[in-house]
Amino acid sequence: MTVLEEGIARPHAPERASAWEVVHDWVTTVDHKKLGVMYISSALVFFLIAGFEATLMRIQLAVPNNDFLPPNTFNRLFTMHGTTMVFLVGMPMFFGFANYLTPLMIGARDLAFPRMNAFGFWLFLFGGILLYFSFLGGDGLYGAGTAPDVGWFAYAPLTGKAFSRGNSTDYWILGILVSGFGSTGTALNLAATILTMRCPGMTWGKLPLFVWLMLVNCLLTLIILTPLTAAQVMLLFDRYLGAHFFDTQAGGSAVLWQHFFWFFGHPEVYVLILPAFAMANEIVPVFSRKPLFGYPFMVGATVLIGFISLSVWAHHMFVVGLSPAANTFFTLSTMAIAVPTGIKIFNWLGTMWGGKIRFKMPMLWCTAFLFSFVIAGLTGVMLAVVPWDWQLSDSYFVVAHFHFVLIGGLLFNIFAAIYYWFPKVTGRMLDEKLGRLHFWIFATGFYLTFTTMHFPGLLGMPRRIYTYEAGRGWDTLNLITSLGVAVQLVGLTFFLWNVVRSLLKGDPAGDDPWDAWTLEWSTTSPPPEYNFEQIPVVHSRRPLWDLKHPEDPDWRYE
Amino acid sequence: MTTSTTGTLLPPGAPPAIPSPWALPDKGKVGMLLLILAESSFFAIFVVAYLFYIGKSLNGPFPADVLDLPIVGSICLLSSSVTIMVAIRALRAGQTGRFNLWWLVTILLGLEFLIGTGVEWYGLIVHHGLWIDTNLFGTTFYSLVGFHAFHVTIGLLMLSLVLFFGLTGRLAPEHAERTEILSWYWHFVDTVWIVVFTVVYVVGR
Repeated sequence: MTVLEEGIARPHAPERASAWEVVHDWVTTVDHKKLGVMYISSALVFFLIAGFEATLMRIQLAVPNNDFLPPNTFNRLFTMHGTTMVFLVGMPMFFGFANYLTPLMIGARDLAFPRMNAFGFWLFLFGGILLYFSFLGGDGLYGAGTAPDVGWFAYAPLTGKAFSRGNSTDYWILGILVSGFGSTGTALNLAATILTMRCPGMTWGKLPLFVWLMLVNCLLTLIILTPLTAAQVMLLFDRYLGAHFFDTQAGGSAVLWQHFFWFFGHPEVYVLILPAFAMANEIVPVFSRKPLFGYPFMVGATVLIGFISLSVWAHHMFVVGLSPAANTFFTLSTMAIAVPTGIKIFNWLGTMWGGKIRFKMPMLWCTAFLFSFVIAGLTGVMLAVVPWDWQLSDSYFVVAHFHFVLIGGLLFNIFAAIYYWFPKVTGRMLDEKLGRLHFWIFATGFYLTFTTMHFPGLLGMPRRIYTYEAGRGWDTLNLITSLGVAVQLVGLTFFLWNVVRSLLKGDPAGDDPWDAWTLEWSTTSPPPEYNFEQIPVVHSRRPLWDLKHPEDPDWRYE
Repeated sequence: MTTSTTGTLLPPGAPPAIPSPWALPDKGKVGMLLLILAESSFFAIFVVAYLFYIGKSLNGPFPADVLDLPIVGSICLLSSSVTIMVAIRALRAGQTGRFNLWWLVTILLGLEFLIGTGVEWYGLIVHHGLWIDTNLFGTTFYSLVGFHAFHVTIGLLMLSLVLFFGLTGRLAPEHAERTEILSWYWHFVDTVWIVVFTVVYVVGR
C-alpha cells in the first residue's frame, strides 16, 4: 500500500472534503465496506431506539399498579421494540458484518452485485423509517392508533380491518415488507458472492467458517423471508381488497397466519443467531491460539441447523391446540436441533481447551456468550416439552428465554465482533479499560435483569401485560429486573463513549493487531477501496499463518 | 487436524497445486438460481393457502361451476419455453435475424397467455360475479393466478427489452449467456404455471 501511494505524484496535500462531499460519497457508494458500516451504524441507532422503548416498559413494570404508561402506549412499545430488534437491529447487523467481511475473507474486491447491495441497504433503511413514521402518520383516516400495537408477530384476527382501525398495522406490514425486499436482495447477493468469487485455492474445505455460516444463513434467509412477504401481502389483500385469507367469519383461518408467520419466524431466530456463531468461530480460535476444533463438524452442524430449523416452527403454537401427532413431531424436531447446536458449543470448548487463551475484549464477550447461550439453550429445550410449554407459553419465562438467546447469544457476540473488527474498519483500537467497564457492568445488568425475569414467568406472570396487582409474589422480582436495565444502560454508556473516544484518539491498530489468520488482516486498516492489490491465493484455512510461519504451514496438515 | 502422510512428504515451500484455471460458476447464473429459490418459496405459500382452502368457501360461485381448463393459454406458455431456447441457440450461432424472429414468437406466445387470463377473469368477474372478496375461492384464486400473471408480465417486459436491443442490432453472440439467464426466469414462470394449473384447474376443481 505505502509503496503504491508513494508512487503517485501528489503536488499538494489532499484538501479536506467538504461535508457535502462526504455525505454525497456515503449516499452514492456501492462499496461493500461503506455499506457494511452503514448497516451496522443504522442497526446501532435502531438498537438505541428499541432499547429506549424497552426501558420505558421496564419503568412501567418496576412496581405494581403503576400508571407511568397508559395501556395503549404499552402495546405500541412492545410491538415496536420487538419488530425493531428483529428486523431493524438483528437483520442489518447480520448483513452489515457479512457485507464488510465476506469479500475481505474470501479475497474478493466487492460483492457480486454492488449496486444491488446499495439498493438493498437503502430499502432496509427506508423500510425502517417508514415503520417509525407511523408515530406521526399512523392515525390514518379514522383517527385511531398511532404506532402498530398488534405485537411483533401480528396475530390474526387482531390485524383485521375490524379490530385494527386506522393505518398503524399497514405501517407494520409495509415497513417490514420494504425492508424484507432489501434483505432478500442482500442475502441473494452475499450467497452469489460466496458461491462465485472465492479467491484461487479457497475450496469449500478452506473457506473461513464465518463465511460458511453466512452462506447457510443467506440461503436460509432466501427460503424463509419471501413466505413472510407472501403472508404480509395476503394480510394487505384482507385489509384493502376484502379478501378472506385470515378472516374467520368467511371461513378463513387465523391459525394459518400463525403457521405462515412462524414458518418464517422460527428459522428467523436462527438467521439472527448464526451470525453470532460465525463471529465466535473467528474470535475463539484467534484468542485461544489454536485452529478451530472440528472444522468439518462445524460446517455439518451449521447445515443441519439450517435444515432442521425449517421444521420446528409450530413449537410456537402448542397452546393453539394442534393434534397430538403434530405436537410430538415439533417437540422432537425442536429437541433434535439442540444436537448440532451442542456440537458447536463443544467445538468452541475444544478450541479453548489447552489453548493459550488471551482474555482480550473480544474473547471476554465470547466466553460470556458461551455461558449465556447454554442457559438459553436449556430453557429452549424445556419449552420444547409440550406440557411445560402449555404452562409457560406467553409468560415472562419465554421472554427471559429469548432474551438470553438474543442478548446473551447474539448481542454479546456483536460486542465481541465490534471489539475484534473495529481496528480493521477504523484503523484504531477500542480502549481495553473502558471495554472492561462496559463488559462487567453490562453483563452484570444483563444477568440481573434476565435471570430474574425467568421467575415471575414461573410464578404465572403473562407477557405483554401493562401492569399487575401487588402481592402476587412478582413485585420484588420485577423491581430487580427493572433495576438491572439501569445497570445495563450504564454499561452501554461506557461502550458508546469508548466508540466515540477511540474513533477520535484510539491507539493506531496496524494491519493485524490480534495476530490473526484470515485474509482481512492481510490488507491495511482500513482496507483500500479495492481491498487487495493482488487477489490472494490460499493453500489452507489459515492463509496468514502460512505467511507468517513458512517453516510450518497449515497446508501440510489439512 | 490429522497429519496426512502425503502432506509431510511434500517439500517445504511447495504447497499442493491449485486447480488451474481457477473457475467458479458464473455469478449471473447463480444469482438467477437464488432468485428462483426465493420466488419458489414465495409461490409455495400461496399454493399452500390455495390447497388449504379448497372446498372451504361458505358461498358460491365454486370452482367446478365457473372454471374451464385454459388449454390454449397453457399450450402457448409451455411452448414459449421451447421457442426461447431455439432463439438463444440462433443467437449463439450468430444468426441474429433468426434470434429476433423466435424471440418475437416467444413474446407473442406469452402475450396470448396473458390475454387468455384476461378473458377468463373478465368472464369470472362480469358473468359469474366472482371477485377477490366474494369467497375463499375468489381470494385464493385471484392471488395465486394473479401473482403468476404478474410474473409473466414482468417477464414479457424484460423479453421486450431484449427484443428492442435485437431489432436495433445491438445483440451479438457474446450476449447469449445473458439472454440464457433471462430464459431461466422464463422457464421458472412456466414451471410455476404447471403447478398452478395442477392445483387450481385439476385438484381444485
